[in-house]
Amino acid sequence: MLTAVLALSVLGIAFGLLLGFAAIRFKIQGDPLVDQIDALLPQTQCGQCTYPGCRPYATAIAKGEADINQCPPGGETTIQALADLLDRDPKPLNPEHGVIKPKMVAVIDEPVCIGCTLCIQACPVDAILGAPKQMHTVIAEECTGCELCIPPCPVDCIDMVTVKQDVSTWKWPYPVFAITEKPA
Amino acid sequence: MEMAVSCFRNHGETCIMEQLWRFHGGVHPEQHKALSTRHPVQTARLPKRLTLPLNQHIGELAEPIVKPGDKVLKGQMIARASGYVSAPVHAPTSGTVLDVAQKPIPHPSGLSALSIVIESDGEDRWVASQAVADYTSLDPSALRNIVREAGIVGLGGAGFPTYIKLNPSSHKSVKTLILNGVECEPYITCDDMLMRERADEIVSGMRIILHALQAEECVIAIEDNKPEAYEAMVAATRNEQGVTVKHVPTIYPEGSEKQLVQVLTGQEVPSNGLAIHVGVVCQNVGTAAAVHRAIHHGEPLISRFITVTGSGVKEPRNMEVLFGTSMSELIEQCGGDIDHLDRLIMGGPMMGFALHDTHLPVIKTTNCIIAATRADLPQPRPVMPCIRCGACADACPVSLLPQQLYWYAKHKELDKVQEYNLFDCIECGCCSYVCPSNIPLVQYYRFAKGEIWIKEREREKSDIARQRFEFRNQRLETEKAERETRRSKKKAALKTGNESDTHDATQTEIKAAMERVQSKQEIAKTGNEKNAENTAE
Repeated sequence: MLTAVLALSVLGIAFGLLLGFAAIRFKIQGDPLVDQIDALLPQTQCGQCTYPGCRPYATAIAKGEADINQCPPGGETTIQALADLLDRDPKPLNPEHGVIKPKMVAVIDEPVCIGCTLCIQACPVDAILGAPKQMHTVIAEECTGCELCIPPCPVDCIDMVTVKQDVSTWKWPYPVFAITEKPA
Repeated sequence: MEMAVSCFRNHGETCIMEQLWRFHGGVHPEQHKALSTRHPVQTARLPKRLTLPLNQHIGELAEPIVKPGDKVLKGQMIARASGYVSAPVHAPTSGTVLDVAQKPIPHPSGLSALSIVIESDGEDRWVASQAVADYTSLDPSALRNIVREAGIVGLGGAGFPTYIKLNPSSHKSVKTLILNGVECEPYITCDDMLMRERADEIVSGMRIILHALQAEECVIAIEDNKPEAYEAMVAATRNEQGVTVKHVPTIYPEGSEKQLVQVLTGQEVPSNGLAIHVGVVCQNVGTAAAVHRAIHHGEPLISRFITVTGSGVKEPRNMEVLFGTSMSELIEQCGGDIDHLDRLIMGGPMMGFALHDTHLPVIKTTNCIIAATRADLPQPRPVMPCIRCGACADACPVSLLPQQLYWYAKHKELDKVQEYNLFDCIECGCCSYVCPSNIPLVQYYRFAKGEIWIKEREREKSDIARQRFEFRNQRLETEKAERETRRSKKKAALKTGNESDTHDATQTEIKAAMERVQSKQEIAKTGNEKNAENTAE
């Protein structure tokens, strides 16, 4: 009896020390889960999820503070991907945070722009180019369509425009036809 | 097989592929080729108006260098290549530029692309051009440049800029050039007719390409259903060294580059690899003829042979057509009625696609247009559930598992389809062709490929957005920190430093400024006085 207790205690202590050492020796810097979640988010940095950017939202999800259905730009694909990653059930997008819209970019009506730089300060990805009292313009390639530049504009010269499909972005549609059980 | 491969390697120059191999699967669809080979090739009428899309090739859109109202001459460059994978566009005839705008193009999407519209003046006047007197004196890079400036792209159907294929990376030496005259798709006969009628041009182009690649030997592969073309090519290459014309057995999709390399050399092109990885470069016979015209005549690529066929036209035939010519005009010239067509198809029945309009322009990659009635292409039969018969796997020339790809693509499991090597699929359509349940398998693969590409592009974009966001945050923080330190320094200076010192410093500064102003005023005064004296005198 005593031998058994002793043996198990010794084993327990030995493995405990081993695990304790491993935890310090192989400690991972940062939270890999946050990185994984962040990689799935669309990086629009729009703040519709109520967090100031995609990474804070990812951190909140990892901590269990936020739900996975708060990202309208990501839409269903992102919710599905997050559900797969976190092994949860996918849910529909929470309408409180916005609606799913087609991909858009901001366009500045250049003759109207007064060069106030407010939109430049609002843009989270530095996609607006300009200087004080000079006309501003949006670098369409870099614009994530977050709409954060719209409210600060004092002359209301920024419009969101749907990105048009062209030959280079076109893709084959999902084949749709009725499956018949018997040849007609 | 192994032994034969080594024989090929050892004997090199003398024994050029004595043996033929075969690839997995393949199908034998009905040929329908005799339809369009009865008449010699006819030059199409000069059209009144030509529409030239700027994306007739794979790669970046060409950049227009003319504007509406400009007069252009035949062969004049009207749009230049923008980027490495791109090709310029030339005016196919002389005339006036009417418009540079979005116009419908022949594409499965039915979308438009930036195009240049030219109204011909009927004179067909050539721009001054320079032929190369002796191409052997030019080095390969100069030759490549001429080919690039001539806007030559692969004329087999894909439209990949030819000059890139003539530039094997320095560490890869090219042993064999394969001229592809296989033309395995039903209905299409433009390469067949080109070999019959312009064999000399093809051979001349071949010599130039061999020189540009510094390759040792050339094989011209022709399916054995084209005996006339074979004879013509044999006759044209009689005095050539290191050139063989090879009859290959008729089987679809033998004209596909990787399959042809396998048939001729017994070597499989690796997954994600190119023919160059096994020391081979493949060019279409039409491309070789275009290279000949560019070097020996200084003519850019402005026309090609096109098969106009199908039971929707009375006289199916091949025509030499200027790019930009409307397809409806060609159908009319072949005795067809565009109002009574069931479908108009660009390319062959296996890999081609239905067009949304009959007035679309002919482009560099248009090898065939099929004016189809119900007789040519019966209505698609009803789709039934997959019965797991495996016929598709037997037919697949790439040895993929089309059933598995189908299941995963159908359920949008994009990771899984990639595990089953979706991207090795050449979309030849053999699997759909043999499917007893009539499932349009290729459509699923195309859909899955498109989805994956879009995802990839979105991922790249979001990565860039993340970087920019993080960089911005970092910049804002450093700016804030800098401001903070400056402020605290000033504060510290005000608090601890001698206040009278700073006061004195300002005083001296003001004094210095006052002195400067005074001296300036004095100078001005004396100057004025002098001036006054001068005027008085």
